[in-house]
Amino acid sequence: MLRKSLLYFLIIVVGVIYIARLFLIQIVDDKYKQNPLNNSAITMKYIYPDRGYIYDRNGKLLVANQSSYDVMVIPRDVEPLDTIEFCNLLKITKEEFIKKYKRAKIYSPRLPSTFVGQLSKEDYAYLQEKMYKFKGFFIQKRFIRQYPHNTSANVLGYISEVNERLLEKDKSYQLGELIGYQGVEKQYETALRGKKGVAFIQKNRFNKEIGTYKNGIYDTLPIPGKDISLTLDIDLQQYAERLMYNKRGGIVAIEPSTGEILTLVTTPSYNPNMMVGRKRSKNSVLLFNDTINIPMFDRSLKGEYPPGSPFKLINALVALQEEVITTETPFYCYHGYRFGGRIMKCHCGIVGAPIRLNMGIYRSCNSYFSNVYRKTIEKYDTPSEGIDVWSNHVKSFGLGNYLGYDLPVGQKGLVPDSKLYKKYYPNGGWRAVTTISNAIGQGEVLTTPIQLANMTAAIANRGHYYTPHILKKIGDSAITNEKFTKPKYTTIDAKHFEPVIEGMFDVFNKGTARYSQVKDIEICGKTGTAENYKRINGERIQFTDHSIFVAFAPKDDPKIAIAIFIENGYWGSRWAAPIATLMIEKYINGNVKREFIEHKMLTQGLEEEYKKQLEIENYSAQKEK
Amino acid sequence: MRKRKSNIFRGVDWILILLYLTFIFLGWISIYAATYSDTQYELFDFSTKYGKQFIWILLSFVLIIIILAIDKKFYENFSGVFYVISMLSLIGLFIFGKNINGATSWYSFGSFGIQPSEFAKTATALAIANFLNERNQNLKKLSNQLKTFGIIFFPALLITLQPDPGSALVYGSLIFVLYRFGLPIYYIIIGFLALILFIVTLYFGYANTLVIAFILITLFFIYLKYKNKKFFRHNWMKFLAVYFFTGLFIFSVDFVFNNIFEQRHRDRFDILLGKTEDTQDIGYNTAQSVITISSGGFQGKGFLQGDRTQGDFVPEQQTDYIFSAVGEEWGFLGSSLVIILFVAFLLRILHIAERQKSIFSKVFAYATVTILFFHFTINIGMVIGILPTIGIPLPFFSYGGSSLWGFTILLFILIRLDADRIYEW
Repeated sequence: MLRKSLLYFLIIVVGVIYIARLFLIQIVDDKYKQNPLNNSAITMKYIYPDRGYIYDRNGKLLVANQSSYDVMVIPRDVEPLDTIEFCNLLKITKEEFIKKYKRAKIYSPRLPSTFVGQLSKEDYAYLQEKMYKFKGFFIQKRFIRQYPHNTSANVLGYISEVNERLLEKDKSYQLGELIGYQGVEKQYETALRGKKGVAFIQKNRFNKEIGTYKNGIYDTLPIPGKDISLTLDIDLQQYAERLMYNKRGGIVAIEPSTGEILTLVTTPSYNPNMMVGRKRSKNSVLLFNDTINIPMFDRSLKGEYPPGSPFKLINALVALQEEVITTETPFYCYHGYRFGGRIMKCHCGIVGAPIRLNMGIYRSCNSYFSNVYRKTIEKYDTPSEGIDVWSNHVKSFGLGNYLGYDLPVGQKGLVPDSKLYKKYYPNGGWRAVTTISNAIGQGEVLTTPIQLANMTAAIANRGHYYTPHILKKIGDSAITNEKFTKPKYTTIDAKHFEPVIEGMFDVFNKGTARYSQVKDIEICGKTGTAENYKRINGERIQFTDHSIFVAFAPKDDPKIAIAIFIENGYWGSRWAAPIATLMIEKYINGNVKREFIEHKMLTQGLEEEYKKQLEIENYSAQKEK
Repeated sequence: MRKRKSNIFRGVDWILILLYLTFIFLGWISIYAATYSDTQYELFDFSTKYGKQFIWILLSFVLIIIILAIDKKFYENFSGVFYVISMLSLIGLFIFGKNINGATSWYSFGSFGIQPSEFAKTATALAIANFLNERNQNLKKLSNQLKTFGIIFFPALLITLQPDPGSALVYGSLIFVLYRFGLPIYYIIIGFLALILFIVTLYFGYANTLVIAFILITLFFIYLKYKNKKFFRHNWMKFLAVYFFTGLFIFSVDFVFNNIFEQRHRDRFDILLGKTEDTQDIGYNTAQSVITISSGGFQGKGFLQGDRTQGDFVPEQQTDYIFSAVGEEWGFLGSSLVIILFVAFLLRILHIAERQKSIFSKVFAYATVTILFFHFTINIGMVIGILPTIGIPLPFFSYGGSSLWGFTILLFILIRLDADRIYEW
């Protein structure tokens, strides 16, 4: 009986055991269970959309994409080829070919790796026709940024591969993906990058891709990045950059009626195309390590300078608002303002005659504004109270704090208040005259060029300003962000602006900037010549004054407000005023008639001054004899 | 006699034929899934593996017609000739064979290859059937036992020398046939004990095993002595023989394992015995195969939707690991159905074997079922990860013309023999 039934028994037992085993591994045991999309046989590939283009306010293209061609190789698929022809096409030597091929083979015989990266378009054109001869090699297209104009590197910024620190912050990126690192590229990253698509690819056990997974039912298409338009006027921007020939500094021009930034120049800068392509890594080392010119430092946004005389405008406005003076209140100047046995020198040249508001402004009289400032502070019982009232008025012009514009870098600047002075003088004993330098925009006060431009715009608008911004349109829709479209009001009543503006107008008629007058355009401005010091090796060294100018035009219907800092340019009227008026002329008239001044600005610079600074032992600031 | 030749399909077992066609169909579908790629759209592109298999399938139908058309007597009378030819073809391999993957198992004809060991199984089955038929199944006699062992052992030896020990092991399964026809039960018990001893030796090493085995044997003899005091007086020779052969076996296992087995065989046993933990090199196939099957889940991923199958994650999937494609794409439902079908198929052959009147047919039927059962057990056991990696094909499923033909011939000779049962009274 057993002889007959043994095999029956064994067959059934084996069948039962096997079904039980299948039940175990296929249904019970989840050791092997995997999400199909989390499967080692499936790879998720991102499909990258084109990054959005960037245009200026008039629709001129600033940033585009260009294709770059990499020659890739899959060593396993390579068949014997005419190496000499191939090397000639790629412009490499045979030794390089052997070396590169070996490297690719070591990396993986089955996976593609870059053989020669970033071919030029010309090489690509030749090569492409002959590619069929070279089995195992193929050309992979990639997109990189392209800048048609060599301009505005500071505004546009650049893109770079995501690093690990950023990855921790934003999990939606993968290592090696591109992200905006600076400027607009960083600020409007989300709009520009679009949305990456996902493709699920079926792989075989060699990790080789063999097709789409389930015909792509899980795949998503990439959504292209949006084009954006900036508020920059690229013609004016480039003109400003040219005018800044061999000069360090920053220029900011704003349209007062909207707060749109027309120009945002920092010099020295760099060609944005340097941060693209084959030479990028070499260039970025050069740029970041240049501690003399600091080209990656945006002076227009981050440069904190003492504002100098343009700040007098604010002091005048504050004093008018506080009603400590009227436009007719006279003060006298005897080559300076004397206090406590010290003297603040003045170059206004009006000796003994009464100086009223209008003249005070157009002659930039230090004595006049020292008196005005002192009266403002001393209106209140304690200097603390006085300085805080003053400080609040000043701050209402957007000074002393981040302005809130839509670019990723900036500085607060500094507008002192009682807290600061209490820290400086913990035992008290400070009075209005202790802080008298504030009267003329020296001392503790620091501003960035964009803050000063915004301040000018607020004056031009007679008491309000729109937060400066760089973005005009995303795609075709203009910005609606209330932060940028709603005016912000200063604490000064509108009526107090007219006399100050008249004074600024007279700066051109009979004041410090009379040589920069432009026919047919009513420009209001204010020169500035700011003393500045740097601590070098523990020694406080005075450098040549900064040349500063603020202006807006036309007087009654302001189209442009501008602030210019030229480092160590000396008189405001020497460099800053001509450049500002040339820009205004160019912007409003479309052409420049004062060719002599233009030529001078385009061809002369401050290279001598900057060179001297490098030999600090022998350096002495330019001073009036 | 004229009458029965008028229709060669008269009396054939249609259940077996139906199951055969089902297996062939499922097998081809699985081969298609395992070797399909997006770039080939032609269903019968003969440069592809599934295309080639299709030719083999068509040709096997021709083969079936021929087998069914030949008289039963032919198989009886010529079984010796078949056996001799088959053995010559195995010997010829050492001279003309082509070495593929380290084993000289193939005759190569252009792009086709013939693997004689696949046909030798049928020849051996015929030879045993003939031998037992003539000697009237007297397997109690030692001389007959030794002769049948010789018939079985000779091809197994030749195949081991190729070396293809996996295929050689199949012949060991024929011991069940002999048992059915009178071989004493202790051959199977000894065989079973030998298997245990084999595993224990590999696991604990020969010295430990020797000690353990001798202690157990001694205890057993003490027990016998305790029951029957005069036991030793009559059987002392046997005691010594037991000790001697046990020791010899343990030493020879150790010797064979370490000196005759190749490293790949050793590795396979080591992984199975859990002596080495390895999912990358040798165990890679099995690990991939188990993951692939389990990823099928209950329902499976659907035809051509198995990403691991499509991704060629299981090496040799179309041959020895074909069942993993079934497991992934058809899930627990499909794979357990295949097992149920195989069990039904084997039981059906057993049933047919029992209803044979002639000893020749009966022995041959038993040989058929044990050969198929062994292949089924070893192959699927390997693919689902509970037996060592022994590379033998799954009958009717695995890719390969020789194995398909070999099993087809085996099965249809049986069907042919069975069809004649109605005339044998």
